Amino acid sequence: MAVTHITDKMKRVDAYEKARGEAKYLCDFHLPGMLYARMVRSTIPRGNILSINLPELPDGYYFISAKDIPEGGKNALHMIAEDYRCFADGDVKFIGETIGILVGSDRGVLYELEKMVEVTYEELPAVTTIDDALEKKAIISGEDNIMCKLECEMGENVDEVLSKADSIIEETFETGYQEHVHLETNSVACAYEDGKFVIYASAQCPFYIRTSIACTMGIKSDDIIVRQMTTGGAFGGKEHFPDVIAGPLIVACNKIRKPIFMIFDREEDMEFSVKRHPSRTVFRTGLDKDGNILGTDIKIYYNVGAYLTSSYVVLQRGVFHSTGVYRFPGARAWGFGVATNCFPTCAFRGFGAPQTLYAIEMHLDHIARKFGYDPAEYKKKYFLKQGEETITQGHIVEKVMLEEMMKQITDASDYYRKVKEYAIGSGKGIGISFYNHGGAFTGNGEQAIIKAKLKLKKEGEKVSILCGSTEMGQGFRSIMRKIVSDTVGIDIDNVFYDNPDTSKVVDSGPTAASRSTMVVGFLCEKAAKEMKERWNEGDFEVIKQYEHPEGHPWDQTTFRGDAYLGYGWGACVVEVEVDKLTKEVTTKGIWSSHDIGRPIDELIVHGQVNGGIIQSLGYAALEKLECKDGRFKQRSISSYIIPTSMDFPHQEYFFVDNPYPWGPYGAKGMGELVFNGADSAYMGAVERAIGRDTFKIPMPPEDIQGVVDRK
Amino acid sequence: MSKIEFTLNGKNVVYDGDPLRRLVDVLREGFQLTGTKEGCGEGECGACSVLKNGKLVTSCIIPVGSVGGDEIVTIEGLRETEQGKCIIDSFAEGGAVQCGFCIPGMVMASQALLLTNPHPTEDDIRVAISGNLCRCTGYDLIVESILLASRKGEGLW
Ligand code: FES
Ligand code: FES
Repeated sequence: MAVTHITDKMKRVDAYEKARGEAKYLCDFHLPGMLYARMVRSTIPRGNILSINLPELPDGYYFISAKDIPEGGKNALHMIAEDYRCFADGDVKFIGETIGILVGSDRGVLYELEKMVEVTYEELPAVTTIDDALEKKAIISGEDNIMCKLECEMGENVDEVLSKADSIIEETFETGYQEHVHLETNSVACAYEDGKFVIYASAQCPFYIRTSIACTMGIKSDDIIVRQMTTGGAFGGKEHFPDVIAGPLIVACNKIRKPIFMIFDREEDMEFSVKRHPSRTVFRTGLDKDGNILGTDIKIYYNVGAYLTSSYVVLQRGVFHSTGVYRFPGARAWGFGVATNCFPTCAFRGFGAPQTLYAIEMHLDHIARKFGYDPAEYKKKYFLKQGEETITQGHIVEKVMLEEMMKQITDASDYYRKVKEYAIGSGKGIGISFYNHGGAFTGNGEQAIIKAKLKLKKEGEKVSILCGSTEMGQGFRSIMRKIVSDTVGIDIDNVFYDNPDTSKVVDSGPTAASRSTMVVGFLCEKAAKEMKERWNEGDFEVIKQYEHPEGHPWDQTTFRGDAYLGYGWGACVVEVEVDKLTKEVTTKGIWSSHDIGRPIDELIVHGQVNGGIIQSLGYAALEKLECKDGRFKQRSISSYIIPTSMDFPHQEYFFVDNPYPWGPYGAKGMGELVFNGADSAYMGAVERAIGRDTFKIPMPPEDIQGVVDRK
Repeated sequence: MSKIEFTLNGKNVVYDGDPLRRLVDVLREGFQLTGTKEGCGEGECGACSVLKNGKLVTSCIIPVGSVGGDEIVTIEGLRETEQGKCIIDSFAEGGAVQCGFCIPGMVMASQALLLTNPHPTEDDIRVAISGNLCRCTGYDLIVESILLASRKGEGLW
């Protein structure tokens, strides 16, 4: 019997079916009698709909809109709140809002029909940038366009600290939109089978979809079945957004009673799907005469678009990560979610943390250089340690190994020699960053809100894992089977896990927040241990539910307490050369070290590190997505540039061993952590090479030229 | 409408229909060969890569009318060959596969490379797959897996 041990470097269980082209994604299915759907979307950022004129629809073609929502239903998708409308009705709030869907058998015909739909509007003044919204050029939400806000503080009173400081440095950093570009576009289908609606979706969170559209239809969640299909990448882009497709589809399916597929083409996916929040972070930092930080006051603005989606939670994470991996004598952070008439922003790997982590890293780089310190040494003075206070007045629960990690990457990259050798402005540069990511939902959210459950079912020699957590490329399916194989001591081929079907599995919570291995995997390990002890009892089931460790208070109304029990920690060095003439940047080396507890599979975590870091470097160096008057300018992957195999060199990576007591075999979350810091290491290197401070990402060559030209 | 004859994964086939139809649609819908994926539809991502007379092409920008008399190989054909099996094995062993959507195209690109260059360097590989986008892996493990295939498959190409 071949047990797969945690320390074995395993072949992923889905590798062959995917590499052989046998894995079926939603677009690979064909059901008898199936129809397709195409969205009709708003073309202005804000206005009242005066009329919708449809072309004559051929037989078997339909137009479905808000008026088709059944009695008892509601024109709303229940994401976190019921704020996102299933269909625009009466007015539109952003370009790309769903007005209706056209349904029929031929995609070519639908495409032509969509072009013939005429909508007339009375245009209303719109706000499409953070500035417009803050200046109240129009009021679109509440009294001040602030859709959500929060405040946190720790340590000494920041106002007093700033009034006594020898100097105050004020800096503003901005980050742009980022598109997920999961290689498989958003795709959802809805069918009516045996008296129930069945949703087939490329998605991260099947139970989210169910809740969201049960609200639209006014029916019980149990009357809807959601089946996750093999998912070709997600990165947050398929956390809540599938609801926006599933809602109109279920309304249509309710009328037409035939299977209906909606598969976005790439252009639609680029132009009309959620994105990462653009941000602005403003620091006012008080220093003594030697440049030591006395305290900092941070104001954070995220552009949330026209609907809230998950933005309040994203903003909270941004605020909780705004002091980075550092402890200052005093700190205060304010977060504002700014409403605009832009496509809503939502989850994207890192979930609000990357924006503020980028900002604090650059801010410390700038202060260090101004006072003549090496950025690495300067940052090290402020490293958080176990037991120290965080911005939420909670404590760091675990051992922090940043100094060891720093040593690994500064040695491997020869950092100290290079910072001496590469004179500021010489065209060569090296940068270093430190970052973390709080694992799982904030505070006691796992217990109070998610209430994650997992079931193991034993039949003969076989064990099935039943939970709602999904495989989207990150390796969950392999890791879960490995945990059961090792813990129970059975062949991994006798451990089963299928893409979740909400009628068959228990709800283990969303596949998000780097929580699946750490939280759901831990439930799996516990259930497997019990199963092993009772192995001879015949066939039986074990269900485990999340329990929050005692002694870690959290208040979700004041945002005080232990926000996260286990952080992933990271450190990254990037080295670049910038061409004096063209400002083309060549990345010469990438070194990283991560504390993810104890890795569950060497190869899988290696792949996560590589992929996360390249996405982060794309975010900093290439991925420019501009929104002009509420419309995205880059609408294809020829105009929105993501990294290719040629853009960045081979990476060197390290881990430290720091087993986490509440994760399976000592593992912590890592999916998002690895996105959180290469961007600022890269920008630090570029700054050294060009001898200028920078204040925004992305920073493609043409923008570097602009910075160099700046007087 | 016109009749187009070509070789598909070693078999002679006839397509009778609109010659302007994209090859990717003919493969996926007409021949039910869904291993070839569509990621962009504009020749930019490589998910739809197939071999045409041994050369890598993106089937989303080729009209089926242009492949008359040609030899087309898709992942469904390649996976049954010794070369294909070696590449796929190496991808599994080397950890090249995450969400998998780019991977059939990457396997095709690897084959196209190894056919002309059985002992590629890391740089050769990076150039050869530069038309194939992957959003998950950051490419390192794909590159290493192709190196592994060229070692394990010594003599196959
Ligand atoms: S689908 Fe053909 S290149 Fe992207
Ligand atoms: S494995 Fe997901 S795009 Fe390559």
